[in-house]
Amino acid sequence: MSNEQPVLELEGLSVTLPAGADRPYAVEDVSFAVRKQEILCVVGESGSGKSVTAHTVMGLLPRKQLTPVRGAIRLLGENLLEKTPQQLRDLRGARMSMIFQEPMTALNPVHRAGDQIEEVLRIHTDLSEKQRLARVLEVMDAVRLPDPQKMRHSYPHQLSGGQRQRIMIAAALALEPALLIADEPTTALDVTTQAQILKLIKDIQREHDTGVLFITHDFGVVADIADRVVVMQTGKVVEEGPTERLLKSPQHAYTRMLISAVPSLTPRHREEPARSQVVLSTRNLNKIYGGGGFFQKAREVHAAKDVTLDIRRGETLGIVGESGSGKSTVARCIVRLIDPSGGQIFIDDDDIALLPTRLLRRHRRRVQIVFQDPYRSLNPRLTIGKSLVEGPMNFGLSRKAAWERARDLMNLVGLDPKAVDRFPHQFSGGQRQRICIARALAMEPEVLVADEAVSALDVSVQAQVLELLDEVRAKFDLAMLFITHDLRVAAQVCDSVAVMHRGVVVEYGRTAALFADPQHAYTKSLFEAAPGRDWAFGEFEELSAAQAGAT
Amino acid sequence: MLGFIVRRLLATIPVMGVVALFVFLMLHLSPGDPATVIAGDYASPADIERIRAKLGLDQPLHIQFGTWVWSLLQGDLGISIFSNLPVTQLIGQRLEPTLLLALTTLIITVVVAVPMGVIAAWKAGTWIDRSIMIFAVVGFSIPVFVLGYILIYFVSLKLGLLPVQGYRPISEGFFPFLRSITLPALTLSVIYIALIARITRASMLEVLDEDYVRTARAKGQLEWKVLIVHALRNAAVPIVTIIGIGIALLIGGVVVTESVYNIPGLGRLVLDAILKRDYPIIQGLILMFSFVYILINLAIDILYTLIDPRIRY
Amino acid sequence: MTLSVERDSFAGSFRANVAALRRQAFQRYPTIGIGGSLLILMIFVAVFAPVVATDDPIALNPIERLQPPGTDHWFGTDMFGRDLYSRTVYGTRISLIVGLSAAGLSVLFGLIIGLIAGYIRLLDAILMRVMDGLMAIPGILLAIALVSLSGASLVTVTIAITIPEIPRVVRLVRAIVLSVREEPYVEAAVSMGTPLPKILLRHVLPNTVPPLIVQATYVCASAMLLEALLSFVGAGTPPEVPSWGNIMAEGRAFFQITPWIIFFPGIALAVTVLAVNILGDGLRDTLDPRIAKKM
Repeated sequence: MSNEQPVLELEGLSVTLPAGADRPYAVEDVSFAVRKQEILCVVGESGSGKSVTAHTVMGLLPRKQLTPVRGAIRLLGENLLEKTPQQLRDLRGARMSMIFQEPMTALNPVHRAGDQIEEVLRIHTDLSEKQRLARVLEVMDAVRLPDPQKMRHSYPHQLSGGQRQRIMIAAALALEPALLIADEPTTALDVTTQAQILKLIKDIQREHDTGVLFITHDFGVVADIADRVVVMQTGKVVEEGPTERLLKSPQHAYTRMLISAVPSLTPRHREEPARSQVVLSTRNLNKIYGGGGFFQKAREVHAAKDVTLDIRRGETLGIVGESGSGKSTVARCIVRLIDPSGGQIFIDDDDIALLPTRLLRRHRRRVQIVFQDPYRSLNPRLTIGKSLVEGPMNFGLSRKAAWERARDLMNLVGLDPKAVDRFPHQFSGGQRQRICIARALAMEPEVLVADEAVSALDVSVQAQVLELLDEVRAKFDLAMLFITHDLRVAAQVCDSVAVMHRGVVVEYGRTAALFADPQHAYTKSLFEAAPGRDWAFGEFEELSAAQAGAT
Repeated sequence: MLGFIVRRLLATIPVMGVVALFVFLMLHLSPGDPATVIAGDYASPADIERIRAKLGLDQPLHIQFGTWVWSLLQGDLGISIFSNLPVTQLIGQRLEPTLLLALTTLIITVVVAVPMGVIAAWKAGTWIDRSIMIFAVVGFSIPVFVLGYILIYFVSLKLGLLPVQGYRPISEGFFPFLRSITLPALTLSVIYIALIARITRASMLEVLDEDYVRTARAKGQLEWKVLIVHALRNAAVPIVTIIGIGIALLIGGVVVTESVYNIPGLGRLVLDAILKRDYPIIQGLILMFSFVYILINLAIDILYTLIDPRIRY
Repeated sequence: MTLSVERDSFAGSFRANVAALRRQAFQRYPTIGIGGSLLILMIFVAVFAPVVATDDPIALNPIERLQPPGTDHWFGTDMFGRDLYSRTVYGTRISLIVGLSAAGLSVLFGLIIGLIAGYIRLLDAILMRVMDGLMAIPGILLAIALVSLSGASLVTVTIAITIPEIPRVVRLVRAIVLSVREEPYVEAAVSMGTPLPKILLRHVLPNTVPPLIVQATYVCASAMLLEALLSFVGAGTPPEVPSWGNIMAEGRAFFQITPWIIFFPGIALAVTVLAVNILGDGLRDTLDPRIAKKM
């Protein structure tokens, strides 16, 4: 271990939560250090305190609500907790800077990109306007933004997600800070963009000797970028170590659990069943948004182009794609939450693509959907039971039988049947997603559509919900349509996969074959971008005594 | 840009049409015969007949509407029943005091209310914020005319600082004009200040929760610059919107304030006309005020594109 | 409400918590209590006006005309010698009747029209243009014109005041409907074959209740102001009705000698409106901070 002074050193840091919270400390007795030329990943699930830790370092905690009460934060040896607000302000943006999760909202929408980089120079330097401009162009070039001279005049909404994050990074690096804090900087980005941004952060850190504190929930990202890893759980550090050691032989049970929960990119072996009956199929399904305003010419978006898919009984078809690929559009057309612009959707032999609402109702039962956001999927004003019986009673089931079924289903999805009288806010996100699955099953559907149903969940909860989905598919011999942006998840639950890109299915085949040998250039790029693709998470090696002693 | 303005201008046509239809139907669908209503309680049958013919009330309804709209399009608001003068001419004579009163009020309001709202949001939860919010809710609750009389009583009668009532046109000198307009404008601006200060605070609070405000702080930006450079401009759209919608409040307030302070403006013209049931004037003025409101809000729509680059045209 | 940092959705949980913390800090104002008890007091005065008042509010007594406030007549007398205190007490009735009826009626009609506009595309465009038009006409002028045309009475005044308030309620309801129908739980109901009326009743309507209660208080406050204003400019309830506006209108001529004729009912009106506004603010902060901010 080097004796050189670390860039950032946290020592016994504790941050209190306000009275009435579910625990006294957001962060408790946290110590770790970021060394020069090092990327330290702090990894944890939501509520682990990783983000609060990062905000505490920057002095960006909301006043009077979260307060650091103990410990020290040393930036190049100076304790930040002893600084005046003025001194802290002089350090922010100059010696330490931060980039955030959502580059769209982190950039001011009414200021031009170049001005937002230049702002840092205005605040902290006496450079002339000409010098500032030169520096802006220089850093824009350093973060590999094309045509800086032109792009500095753009507003954030005119840029892509990746370009926006590059602008953020450029602003953060304009004064060559000693410490860069990156708070989930790629979580809101598509996987191909994520790969580029991760590479950029790594390159820049090497070129400029910057210490990087990188907050993430994603072990794939950890594997790709981290030199060392700190694992946090409910405000405390549970384990720390070099990346390879920590991923291969984690010591703490929580770390082991987290890493084991990461789905593997290698498709799970699935029985190749006798080709069962096709339950749902689309033929040249099209959806065009917009067009035809009265006073205003609306722009047309061809969200789905000639999509042709088959889903068989007892099988799961995955649609994989990045944002804007049209995968959710297809799902919503199939459930008929939106009206397709053309093509056919067959359930057995009935074409429901263009059925008017009146005739559609009788088919509603047959296709059910589970949505992404567990917090908005249940009516907050109704008890769980009332949400569960609504559908069956629409189709004539008696009140008594419907409640009976609701309780059975609660049991089936692993919840207490007595909880039917509770309200959604009394459940966690994972539990709510179980309830949504129960609600869909209550209709005794033939097809179950899961639209990013596990994307908003922490990785450990995600694994359990995926397990449940696969169980109910097998138990009820359901045809399942699984929409996801995550190749790892798709590898674990899908029998077949369709890859969508800009509204078009570019590749479609059995999961094992497609993952083993992707044909289309876009599919290949998706696989190349998948973070941590070279790692087999959860296949742990036991440490030898000597190795353990070294850490 | 020009295309956008033209499109927006076209989009106001149906709204203006609806207003015209309302104003027209108000007279013709109200219970009783309009001519009798207009003529008043002591009119002779001959008077009523004269009014009926004059207003074209003997024609079928749609013809009447058509004729009326056609003359409106030519800028003809009709002839006053009592003074026999064109309504447009009457409006022209009374325009100055109303316009200047509204303008002064608007200036006072923006200058006072926006900083108040910004400070309240910045100091949210403190006694400064609370005092400003109490002023805002009280200001919003005092009837304009009661406030007018309170101000006259203390400032003019007790302290003798400003004239009690009346209006001095700007042509008689700026200073006398200013003395005559000060109290009315203050009276009128209180409710408007209360409204704008509240919305400024609310929209600033919302914006201060945004990520880019955190980014600005992360860059080490000074707190007041965070407020002005980053937050206020983003909060401007709702503020400007409410200023526009508040124009309706302002117009209503003008009518009352002119009555309290005895200012010979459009508000007095319309009140007198209502008491005398001089229908062409009432219709003309309601139409004019509504069109002004629509056009101001159109201008504000166009202003949005300058404030926020995301709003496309 | 207990705050929780333990949520198993990672997206923005930190930010959400900060926002929730901040909101909670602002909500500790005792506004509902103050506004509510003031309003209850006013309702009490209105209901028990005969007991609370000292004299007959319409009995003429020319000998005691234009008396200043004193022990005989707490608020003084008007130009016909009528006791101002008693007239002010009875005036509470008119103000509250008009305020509450206008609030109830505008919410009722606004809700119906708003639901239709939010759910039936075809009618939406037409209805909203009509509402835009109605909103463009200054409320005071519209009300004055309506009253002067249809004859002054409590009913016509109430209707005339209600009409200009409706468009705002319609816009509010429509905005809620449009956002709620995008909620996944409503889409889930659609995919479960729940018929439209039931969706409206079970899933959409309950979301409109909190903001509508808040909106109703604001309508009530503005209706009371407008009612007084109409009387004040001579286009309100018939002059013999002891409404605050009428009392003040009569006091105009003698304002320089007997300002209390305007001040006492004016203060009563201001306090009542203030009570309703404070109550509204308190309800808004508690019931729906999210929508409240946008108002």
